[in-house]
Amino acid sequence: MCVGSAAIELRGITKRFGNVVANSNVSLSVYGGEILSLLGENGSGKTTLMNMISGIYYPDEGQIFINGEEAVIRSPKDAFKYKIGMIHQHFKLIDVFSAAENVVLGLKEKGKYDIKTVSERVAEISEKYGFDINPDKKIYEMSVSEKQTVEIIKVLYRGADILILDEPTAVLTPQETQKLFTVLRKMREDGKAIIIITHKLHEVLSLSDRVAVLRKGEYIGTVETAKTDEAELTEMMVGKKIELNIERATPENPQDRLVVKNISCKNREGVNVLDEVSFTARSGEILGIAGIAGSGQRELLEAIAGLQHIDGGEIIYNNPKTGSADNLRDKTPLQIRELGVRLSFVPEDRLGMGLVGNMDIVDNMMLRSYRKGKSFFLERKAPKNLAETIIEQLEVVTPSAATPVRKLSGGNVQKVLVGREIAAAPTVLMAAYPVRGLDINSSYAIYNLLNQQKKNGVAVIFVGEDLDVLIELCDRIMVIGSGRVAGIVDGRTADKNKIGLMMTKTQGGNENEQ
Amino acid sequence: MVSTIFAFINAAIIQGIPLLYGATGEIITEKSGNLNLGIPGIMYIGGISGIIGGYLYEHSTDNPAALACILIPLICSLAGSSLMALIYSFLTITLRVNQNVTGLALTTFGMGVGNFFGGSLLSFFGESGSISLITTGNYYKASLPFADKLGLFGKTFLSLGFLAYAAIIIALLTSYFLNRTRMGLNLRAVGENPATADAAGISVTKYKYLSTVIGGAIAGLGGLYFVMDYTGGAWTNNGFGDRGWLAIAIVIFAIWRPSTAILSSFLFGGLYILCVYIPGLSSSAKELINMLPYLVTIIVLVIISMRKKRENQPPAHLGLSYFREER
Repeated sequence: MCVGSAAIELRGITKRFGNVVANSNVSLSVYGGEILSLLGENGSGKTTLMNMISGIYYPDEGQIFINGEEAVIRSPKDAFKYKIGMIHQHFKLIDVFSAAENVVLGLKEKGKYDIKTVSERVAEISEKYGFDINPDKKIYEMSVSEKQTVEIIKVLYRGADILILDEPTAVLTPQETQKLFTVLRKMREDGKAIIIITHKLHEVLSLSDRVAVLRKGEYIGTVETAKTDEAELTEMMVGKKIELNIERATPENPQDRLVVKNISCKNREGVNVLDEVSFTARSGEILGIAGIAGSGQRELLEAIAGLQHIDGGEIIYNNPKTGSADNLRDKTPLQIRELGVRLSFVPEDRLGMGLVGNMDIVDNMMLRSYRKGKSFFLERKAPKNLAETIIEQLEVVTPSAATPVRKLSGGNVQKVLVGREIAAAPTVLMAAYPVRGLDINSSYAIYNLLNQQKKNGVAVIFVGEDLDVLIELCDRIMVIGSGRVAGIVDGRTADKNKIGLMMTKTQGGNENEQ
Repeated sequence: MVSTIFAFINAAIIQGIPLLYGATGEIITEKSGNLNLGIPGIMYIGGISGIIGGYLYEHSTDNPAALACILIPLICSLAGSSLMALIYSFLTITLRVNQNVTGLALTTFGMGVGNFFGGSLLSFFGESGSISLITTGNYYKASLPFADKLGLFGKTFLSLGFLAYAAIIIALLTSYFLNRTRMGLNLRAVGENPATADAAGISVTKYKYLSTVIGGAIAGLGGLYFVMDYTGGAWTNNGFGDRGWLAIAIVIFAIWRPSTAILSSFLFGGLYILCVYIPGLSSSAKELINMLPYLVTIIVLVIISMRKKRENQPPAHLGLSYFREER
């Protein structure tokens, strides 16, 4: 298999974005007739690395060799010249065009443009590798799997010998995944070099010849699939536990505040993003949610907040004041508030869903409280006081309360948002990736705020991506994978590798440790 | 009666030609994702540039030659409207200014410039009265030699000036270009999803600039046809009226298809002058009839958005600026 020079070889590749090192000294190689899995957690730099091969980014340091010769890849066009094709996670297709039209788009072929000849060649390629596609079908009539097929054919039509697939199975059903793997194996037999980015271990083991692992931008190593197992790969992927020293108090008198029972919901493509999810959030406790990005975390929080329609199940809120149990399913945020449910939500998209970037801090406070006003005119006094309190207490760095929020740094934006949500004196506080993009000090400030709320008897739901943080901050950690609950573990006894393993398993994962 | 009907058809076609130029130009522009609401102003500029060129030439010689009488205004018109479209392109594509605001500003500007020169061109040369380029106008109006011999048919369909036939040919060529060529495919991709087009190696900026400028130049010819052929070389301030807006309405009515725009233009041209051909109308009834083209456009808009057929929708990225994703 590994005869002669590698189809593609990376030597000492480093890429920085500002202060963030996305890839640090990565070296790996792929041979023709081989499938290499690139494994790593979210933010481990897999996609960045592949984007450098496909010409989207240019490495700061290091060299790329194609068939033993050094290559300079500065644009997708250069990558195409070296017969490299990348299939992105987000398809780049024109909806109103047919498959054949999308395949031929942007190509400078010689001869007359005739869509029929293109269709015939697409059919030829389909037959060779066992795709199932109608070249004249419009993209908007296609399923996700068909769209992906069009993307792969597009790359093959351009004569690619090196194929990179960025999480190709994330959007596929198990049957479609099997079909894709059959096709990929045929391509391997055809002598193509294939790199597949994934974090699903069982797929790695069943498909690839070798596995390269990245962790936080660092290259950990490459192992042969036949000589490894899930446990070894998980350890390479998540690494050893790091002590962070985040304070964690014992929950006092926890009561079931929010009881979620078997909720399911589908996305626009009809794929289940939440599948029979059940859990209980207790007062005075932080419930962590761990999982690969896009496993249904966003939909789950939005369903509770009344922003997402669910197809089944119920969300029961136990009101501590009245003692009544209300079902929040399919209620709008306003209806939920009118029920007396004090729910606060710090969404992932701070300046999209959380705050209005062009409005100042005071106006952003008012977004949550303007209904309290009694007269025709805005009452700015209370929100102004609140804004000033937040700026003072949370040490928000801003010229004044009248500064547009978009001009603040990420950490300060987050403080404003969290401050506003906490000021509403919630009984349930949901925070999605509240420390994403923040520096260490701001992160600890946010942890402290969450801990304070916990002491006040709030049921805190914390969606995080850093396992070390989840393990130290949360009382219990719910792990979800592909929209299912893989298990709920106790934060005090949780094992990082085990959580990593639960996250990456698609099905099963019934090790419930409660 | 029959002759009245044919006269009406002839008038509808003549009224439709400027609209067709405007609509074809706007379709090419919109296919690249640029919603150029400056088209009415550009058509004014196309008209007045031709007038200025023609006037300067007629003014400079005692024996105007036929070819020069046609070419000079034509080139001036193309140059004037291309320049306007270039301003629009620079503002919206390079500087990413809001397309609607830019377009409306250009329309106001173009009408102002047109009326300014139309009203004061003669006084620059110490003359008085209004502009009337009869010689140039006659060359533009010259009909096919055998038109008279073919009776009513010849009179209705063959008596038009060359720009009228050019309008139809340009619309048909545009249709072929958009649907049957590689560049047409690329252009449509730019208007639908510029990020995808960019990733496929298509130069989004180049396509947007070229289609907007060429579209503007074609639309400007509508103004030239109006001043040279329809009015025979005379300029009256605001004489072109709201035909530019009607052209934009036709783009929607024809669901972004240049071939459909041909008959749509004649239909709208007919509706535009229908009130003249219905005897005994009160002035308020005339206004109601003049409203018909816009009413029809609204109905078409309602129907296409209700049917939700994807092919009949405007280009998906119409009116939006393209920023390349960067990290």
